[in-house]
Amino acid sequence: MTIVVGYVPTPEGEAALTQAISEARKSNTTLLVINSSKGDALVDNRYAQEPEIQSIEDRLATQGIDHVIKQPVRGHDAAAEVLDAAEEHNADLIVIGLRRRTPVGKLIMGSTSQRILLEADCPVLAVKAGMAG
Amino acid sequence: MDVFSSLMDGFATALTPMNFLYAVIGVLLGTAVGVLPGLGPAMTVALLLPVTYVLEPTSAFIMFAGIYYGGMYGGSTTSILLNTPGESSSVVTAIEGNKMAKAGRAAQALATAAIGSFVAGTIGTALLAVFAPIVVKFAVSLGSPSYFAIMVLALLAVTAVLGSSRLRGFASLGLGLAIGLVGIDSVTGQRRLTFGQPLLADGLDIVVVAVAIFAVGEALWVAAHLRRNPLQVIPVGRPWMGKEDWKRSWKPWLRGTAFGFPFGALPAGGAEIPTFLSYVTEKRLSKHPEEFGHGAIEGVAGPEAANNAAAAGTMTPLLALGLPTNATAAVMLAAFTSYGIQPGPQLFASQGPLVWALIASLFIGNFLLLIINLPLAPLWAKLLQLPRPYLYAGILFFATLGAYSVNLQAFDLVLLLVLGALGFMMRRFGLPVLPLILGVILGPRIEGQLRKTLQLSAGDPAGLWSEPIAVGVYVLIALILLWPFLFKLIRRNRPAAMPAGILAKSGSSEPTDAGGSGSHGSHRADATSGGDGDGDG
Repeated sequence: MTIVVGYVPTPEGEAALTQAISEARKSNTTLLVINSSKGDALVDNRYAQEPEIQSIEDRLATQGIDHVIKQPVRGHDAAAEVLDAAEEHNADLIVIGLRRRTPVGKLIMGSTSQRILLEADCPVLAVKAGMAG
Repeated sequence: MDVFSSLMDGFATALTPMNFLYAVIGVLLGTAVGVLPGLGPAMTVALLLPVTYVLEPTSAFIMFAGIYYGGMYGGSTTSILLNTPGESSSVVTAIEGNKMAKAGRAAQALATAAIGSFVAGTIGTALLAVFAPIVVKFAVSLGSPSYFAIMVLALLAVTAVLGSSRLRGFASLGLGLAIGLVGIDSVTGQRRLTFGQPLLADGLDIVVVAVAIFAVGEALWVAAHLRRNPLQVIPVGRPWMGKEDWKRSWKPWLRGTAFGFPFGALPAGGAEIPTFLSYVTEKRLSKHPEEFGHGAIEGVAGPEAANNAAAAGTMTPLLALGLPTNATAAVMLAAFTSYGIQPGPQLFASQGPLVWALIASLFIGNFLLLIINLPLAPLWAKLLQLPRPYLYAGILFFATLGAYSVNLQAFDLVLLLVLGALGFMMRRFGLPVLPLILGVILGPRIEGQLRKTLQLSAGDPAGLWSEPIAVGVYVLIALILLWPFLFKLIRRNRPAAMPAGILAKSGSSEPTDAGGSGSHGSHRADATSGGDGDGDG
């Protein structure tokens, strides 16, 4: 059994990660951190770089959590990557961060969170920035 | 003061609202393509050529010049903030610039790059205004044999000196010359390489060739290597420099200019060699040699000044002799021809107002670039977040539109695709694009001079070396071609001489050389990991 968390280097992503860590400790399960990019732009600020990944790695290691960090770049969007990972590892919880989107923004760009919420086969825990505990 | 009054007339033309607007559009576009790796000013000018047929030639060239200078500025932003050179000429900037940015001094690196580019560009343009008329005076006395020799020199030098592999360079040159041959022979009316296809009889339009090789080839290449781990831009505020930075920057700027201009003006110039030389020099002269490799401001100031001075230098042979020395200049030469303007030494006489307006617009463009780049560099870096499928879809659209609009022939689209596939294969097998483009554009002009020479000498090949300058140039060509063999010989003899002594001398020169080639190797590696550091002008 595993917990899957969709991580992005933003306050929302941090909140999701913090929440996921506390969930993983409570139930003593493996934590799977997913940080993906479509990889079609040269610069993607939502794709964590080496030092950030290292600091997450350290943080999880010091907390003694069994963890896997994955950074798939396969041209799929973040929702698909999180859902894939959840299915593959038979996850019993997905943790994601929510951010405020305008209706127009959602209409044009779609919403990663919404897709995960609607399509996941397991419970989804949605956290907002600064809410995790 | 003839130059001065002509230049002032040029400013009057370049500062009319319409021309000024085109200068602004040019520098904005140029900076954008400079920032984006894989897109270069050469490709942009080629894409815009068909669109600008409706414009006054003066306006079009003012815009092209803006694109050319803008590309030089934009490349440094990507080098510094992303460690991915936007242009091949800013590869060296990435070495120190990115280190500076990582050490939290991105603002100073961007500032010294932008101000250094401005200083070098302005001095370079002033040198261009002074030297071009002198070169013209000398050039009008040249006959066909000398011209032929100089053009051959330019082709061979670009092919043999630039790039890592001579064999690949010459293969590319051969392809270019072959493409340039297609069509009806101007003297005898014979069909060459037309394969019985009447549509090929007019020859391949240079716009189609350039757009296919640059735009379609690059788009296919990117499509084949679309996904890669994305990077993050190092965040910066507004670029600025402290007193210490100014003190450490101004000398490298001037030295970079001194390297850049002559190299740009030489037929084998280009901006890569002087940027590298400037880097090595600054490293040797710096009072803070320990900072090199950890973000020394001199290592950004010098090369950035050098590449902009080289850009100005390149304009000298283009305007004075009709001789392009890099891809952008080559496409601009093609633009002259497509506007019905005969490039060459007579250009200053026949198109004086246009040429001086162009030179004036270079001054204006430089100034514009300084004011749009200094405060806005972090904004330009945002362009890199653009998903590349959108970007290249747009480029392919313009490429197709441009190729079709030249002659309104569907056949040109077939050519576009075939040559685009060729461009892709060249990138795949590491063939440089520049010799091909120069071959296509200079090939027919070289042939013209050769035919003229041989007609004048009634078919006697001795006519080729009937002028002293031609003979001198042939000696140079021989030197360039034989240089690798001579180099090998010298190297073979050297180990024998080394133990004999000269310890102090070799001791002082060897480590710097080794350090230089070491960093050269590392920027090569950066360029290849960047993927499309080459392939543009």
